[in-house]
Amino acid sequence: MSERRLAAYLVSPSLIVIALVAAYPIGYAIWLSLNQYSVIHPGLSRWVGLDNYKDALTSHDFWSAFKTTFIFTIISVTLELVLGLIMALLMHSAFRGRGVLRAVVLVPWAILTVGTAMMWKTIFDADLGFANQLLKALHLPGSHTVWLGQNGYALAVMIFADVWKTAPFMALLLLAGLQVIPDDVYEAAKVDGATAWQRFWSITMPLLKPAILVALIFRTLDALRIFDLPFVLTQGANGTTSLSLYAYQQLTQNRLIGPGSALAVLTFVIVMTVSFLYIRLVGGNIRGLAEET
Amino acid sequence: MSTAEVTQERVASRARVREKAGRRPGRGGQILVWVGVLLTIVFCLFPFYWIINTSLKTGSELSTGHVFPHHPSVDNYTSIFKNADFTTALKTSAIVAGSSTIIALTIGSFAAYALARLRFKFKFLILAIILSTTTFPPIAIAAPLFKLWTDIGFYNTYQGLILPFLTFVLPLTIYILTSFFQEIPKDLEEAALVDGATRFQAFRKIVIPLAAPGMVTAGLLAFIFAWNEFLLSITLTSSAHRRPVSAAIAFFTGSQQFQIPLGTIAAATVTITVPLIVLVIIFQKRIVAGLTAGAVKG
Repeated sequence: MSERRLAAYLVSPSLIVIALVAAYPIGYAIWLSLNQYSVIHPGLSRWVGLDNYKDALTSHDFWSAFKTTFIFTIISVTLELVLGLIMALLMHSAFRGRGVLRAVVLVPWAILTVGTAMMWKTIFDADLGFANQLLKALHLPGSHTVWLGQNGYALAVMIFADVWKTAPFMALLLLAGLQVIPDDVYEAAKVDGATAWQRFWSITMPLLKPAILVALIFRTLDALRIFDLPFVLTQGANGTTSLSLYAYQQLTQNRLIGPGSALAVLTFVIVMTVSFLYIRLVGGNIRGLAEET
Repeated sequence: MSTAEVTQERVASRARVREKAGRRPGRGGQILVWVGVLLTIVFCLFPFYWIINTSLKTGSELSTGHVFPHHPSVDNYTSIFKNADFTTALKTSAIVAGSSTIIALTIGSFAAYALARLRFKFKFLILAIILSTTTFPPIAIAAPLFKLWTDIGFYNTYQGLILPFLTFVLPLTIYILTSFFQEIPKDLEEAALVDGATRFQAFRKIVIPLAAPGMVTAGLLAFIFAWNEFLLSITLTSSAHRRPVSAAIAFFTGSQQFQIPLGTIAAATVTITVPLIVLVIIFQKRIVAGLTAGAVKG
């Protein structure tokens, strides 16, 4: 059997599965989004062209979900990068028990998000939550904050819960990047009299750039698709409705298949656009994986 | 770069890492590092501790902020195991996450081998297509499948979850396995080919056993991702007998309406998380290697 033929046999099962469970549904979603379906008479539908998109793009709710999703993404990914970098540098600096720290850092990542979201909900409860009791015990202001009940604060809790869960994950990605930076570079810089701060900015950061970019892609795309946190924490109340949650609500709670599908497709387009922009930036990494052989 | 060179390079870089472990920051720096480490541990573990703490409280103590349960009890644990919805959900999750992991490992290992070893056209394009599906928002798949599954009777079934789970489990598996296969020296396989083995025999008898650690890593990660999946789970199921644990927890109801049954939710979260955490701790090195596969290349 020729190499090419064998490759075709080996790759095709995966490609067929992906075509069936990913590509076909997306195509079907586009089709659904171009029709209007009767709520009263199931099965009845009519072609409406781009009307569902027009409605979505001119609605206040869509843009508010868009804004929420991007604010959430930008702030949480930035915080995760900073915290993740600090944790990665800590794990990297020589000390015993690095293995313990690595295991600890994996705990938030492995815990069921829905379960932790419910915990955060009770920790941030206005009357009996631990957060307010802690503020009170420490005599800090804000011990009567209705965390999940008002705009801004609710989003802040959502960001906090996400940062808690994924900053450690970011740290692991960055640690892997730190470990391949050769030590001699630092030694040379030290000999030349560079300070620790200078070494960090002119050696660590540039050499860590590929790892940072990959970690940023992973996290940004995940954050743009956020669903479970707002679903559990607030059901989307108080300015926490993300794009995914908005589409879900239209689809399942309001049974609006046409408009809901249009929202799902718009979410897809937004995420794909962002990932395309990122991959233009770091395309070399994926190409490298394909061409390393 | 030849394989031998790559291997040498890896050995050398590992040696450098070890060397680095011998280098210590100054005394002030060391204190700073320890404070940071302590803060990191508290930051990562406190919420998990809080869940355990909550799971051991019952009745009126649940609404208190006691840092230790004053009257610890395992009632919540006994009650969730008496709850048929929860035990059924555990079974559903095991079946759904297990099946999608096994399917992904099987067909994913074929694809990964081809991508790592064989020369063929459109390789980059195929890899790009496979990887791009990991970026699909689940809502864009859930929306059409919600209608499609209802039409063909897959709604609220095992296969109705296993199939869409493959959209994220399969690319992840292929990605991890491809980078693991690339690390297996080619010489062994070539020797087998010279001895008259077919490509497939070489794959089954040499590459697969050598890639076993990679398979374990990919399988674990795939299973954890499938186990924790939420959006598809709640959209494509409607009744307790086909709901995976992640969805079931969101639908737990308290003794009174509108009351969140905190104690049982906490106990359920602990119960379904502890096995994962144990796995993660045992296989931490492999999991980290899998999560960071490719992250540090080029």
